[in-house]
Amino acid sequence: MSAENPYGDFWTLPTGGERLTLSFSPGQLPLQQRWRNNGLSADFMGDYVTAFFPRDDADPATGQRQAEVKGAVSYIANELLENAMKYHDAASGAPIEIELVMTSEQVVLTLTNHITEAQAADFRQFIQRLADSDADTLYMDQLESNAMTGSSSGLGLLTMVNDYGAALAWRFAPQGAQGVNAQTQVALTV
Amino acid sequence: MNTIEGENYAIALDEPSARLTMNGTLRLNGLDEYAPVSALLSRLLSLPTAPTLDLTCLGFLNSSGIAVLSKFVIEARTKQVAGLSIIGSETVPWQTKSLRNLQRLMPSLALSWQ
Repeated sequence: MSAENPYGDFWTLPTGGERLTLSFSPGQLPLQQRWRNNGLSADFMGDYVTAFFPRDDADPATGQRQAEVKGAVSYIANELLENAMKYHDAASGAPIEIELVMTSEQVVLTLTNHITEAQAADFRQFIQRLADSDADTLYMDQLESNAMTGSSSGLGLLTMVNDYGAALAWRFAPQGAQGVNAQTQVALTV
Repeated sequence: MNTIEGENYAIALDEPSARLTMNGTLRLNGLDEYAPVSALLSRLLSLPTAPTLDLTCLGFLNSSGIAVLSKFVIEARTKQVAGLSIIGSETVPWQTKSLRNLQRLMPSLALSWQ
């Protein structure tokens, strides 16, 4: 994929090492039927990483850390999948893919999906707002404006930054008339 | 209707004590699917007793659900509801990360932990 305009520090991940990839073919099931799979997949990823943060009964802090990492991965994976399922251009025939990579200091989740050029433009606008603003202020403003407009737009990504201290990055690869291949990457320091 | 039940969650409003309890895992798709939950939260604010929202057994909430809770707190602030209390659990990760933001929306809200 010829990538252009990386936003944020998009990590070049090691090709080896521990990783878990799930791939979905969104055209095959209606969104409503598929929705519960977001949570199942996210919980699976959350459970998966617990093996790397073993619990030691003699040290209660290890149990808390395990629960925190599990909760964070599950929350972030679910938000990425929910966004992808909502905005994916199913007509493209492209899959939605989520990949989890473990490094010694980070859990990195990368979501790849296909969106239209118009969606990519909206997305870039949101990313620019995030880059230009204080994330905490933007988050609180978003909670207020969402309450007025009856929307929850952008809140998932903002919670990742504000509440989980995650670093976000994006990469867009235009596919000519076929829309845009979009990658959202979330790095969680552990 | 003072209870809402789904595959992995249960929500119940006890009117005499003005206590709304949310249990389980809530990952509904957008604010439209959350409309019945929002309606029950609004009903809680219309009761004459100081309202309590008990989240201690809500193990997971997606960002649409967080938007719903934020809207509820903003509604309480706008209506100047007195004595609003939210109870969270320190053992539920999303709550320790995200619940404090609700208090920032309405500083008079009593946020307590179990």
